Amino acid sequence: MENGNIKIETKNINAFYGEKKVLHNIDLQMEANTVTAFIGPSGCGKSTFLRLLNRMNDYIDGFRKEGDVLINGVDIYSKNTRIEELRKQVGMVFQKPNPFPKTIYENVVYGLRIQGIKDKQKLDAAVENSLKRSALWNEVKDDLQKNALSLSGGQQQRLCIARTLAVEPSIILMDEPASALDPISTAKIEELIYELKQDYTIVIVTHNMHQAGRVSDKTAFFLSGDLVEYNDTKAIFTSPKDQRTENYITGKFG
Amino acid sequence: MKKEKIIEGFLFACAAITLLTTIGIIWVLLSQSFSFFKEVSVWDFLTDTQWTPLFADKHFGILPLLTGTLLITVIAMLVALPLGLTIAIYLNEYAPKGFRKVVKPLLEVLAAVPTVVYGFFALVVVTPMLQKLIPGLSGFNALSPGIVMGIMIIPFISSLSEDALYSVPKSLREASYGMGATRLQTAFRVLLPSASSGILASIILAFSRAIGETMIVAIAAGQQPRLTLDPTVPIETITAYIVQVSLGDVPHGSLEYRTIFSAGLALFVFTFLLNNISFWINKKYRQEYE
Repeated sequence: MENGNIKIETKNINAFYGEKKVLHNIDLQMEANTVTAFIGPSGCGKSTFLRLLNRMNDYIDGFRKEGDVLINGVDIYSKNTRIEELRKQVGMVFQKPNPFPKTIYENVVYGLRIQGIKDKQKLDAAVENSLKRSALWNEVKDDLQKNALSLSGGQQQRLCIARTLAVEPSIILMDEPASALDPISTAKIEELIYELKQDYTIVIVTHNMHQAGRVSDKTAFFLSGDLVEYNDTKAIFTSPKDQRTENYITGKFG
Repeated sequence: MKKEKIIEGFLFACAAITLLTTIGIIWVLLSQSFSFFKEVSVWDFLTDTQWTPLFADKHFGILPLLTGTLLITVIAMLVALPLGLTIAIYLNEYAPKGFRKVVKPLLEVLAAVPTVVYGFFALVVVTPMLQKLIPGLSGFNALSPGIVMGIMIIPFISSLSEDALYSVPKSLREASYGMGATRLQTAFRVLLPSASSGILASIILAFSRAIGETMIVAIAAGQQPRLTLDPTVPIETITAYIVQVSLGDVPHGSLEYRTIFSAGLALFVFTFLLNNISFWINKKYRQEYE
């Protein structure tokens, strides 16, 4: 590795749905403890690329990829990689809040229970810890046994983040985590992302350019399956090098 | 306008026919049972441990028939439930799409085989096979028809449960995978609980089908009402008894004849209660998603 800080690295990634090629030769390096934002219009391949990083595309019929994805310098698509171990390392928060139809408590400890952890004290501690980190603790601490679906959309999404944190990953992938939320909830999630980057490497896909500008250190602009430009967020938004990037961020299309 | 009225009337008539049929069945059961219970006390009917209406020493205890019915049904469910659910999970989680498309309808053929064929199969194939494993197994017994009935109702459970699993939102699956769960863990911890109401419905249907099944037990279980939970000896179920009397030379209108209506009523009440209990369980414990 040329740089000890590189957490995620992709080499010559091509991806296909059946015959259709959706990603072309993506080379990207993401540093530890930074927030990287993927922006671009719908269908540009940014979500597909994100889901490559924890092998979430594996179960999709007809999906195929070429090239390597390295996390901590290790090829995550090699035969020796256990996919479950990988996903404990690389957590994911989805576009629509998707809590399980279980209690708040059971949602948070889900990842621990599947690892076989039964120690009540450990589980309790993980619940309190994770909910505090996701800034939900004060709102739900008195009714942890309530069904998670009774929470508001914004609370549900923070619960999903708590659930992901409980597994103690080092990377968190977020696929438009605030697109289904109201502005206040969105602001809370963004604040949270800012807090979390102290301890985690975060990759976030977003439609919202202002959001990318607010939360991320680096920004990658995707268009039709190509990585057009990747740079410090400030540079992308103030002095884009590529004309297409400029057109997109100034709202000429997309 | 007039055409509309005619169609409306026709549709109403269709609905009315099904309703009237149901009312008619209940009416016949109740009225015939009523005259039966004028001669035999309800207490005896429910507590006597012998059922011998066709013998000189007449006893009218429904318990032997009821336990016979339950015994066979439980054996059938012990076969069908684990197999059906395993098949459902396999088809839903592991099988390639093409395989699922072919196998699901093939399995459903199991439910379309005439039950008399199953009965014969139980008697001449399964029972002799079991007799090699279990010495002392009677030629007529509860075990063999129970197992065969279990195979018959597998598609009720596998097909409907698979539909229920299939309708669990993809987002819940991904949430589970995303935290490092295996497919099996996802199936048991997320999919099964979320699909529980649909799965329960499939179990109820299979259960009702097993309780009401007649031909297999009439052929292979023997026709000896016996209060026992031993699956190796001949027993009789309510349905098999009704067949026995209906085909026999019992005079119409006699007390012996009316026993089939009281037995039928007991069966009706039994399934009715079961349906209501499961409906209640379903309502109380179902997990909503979305």
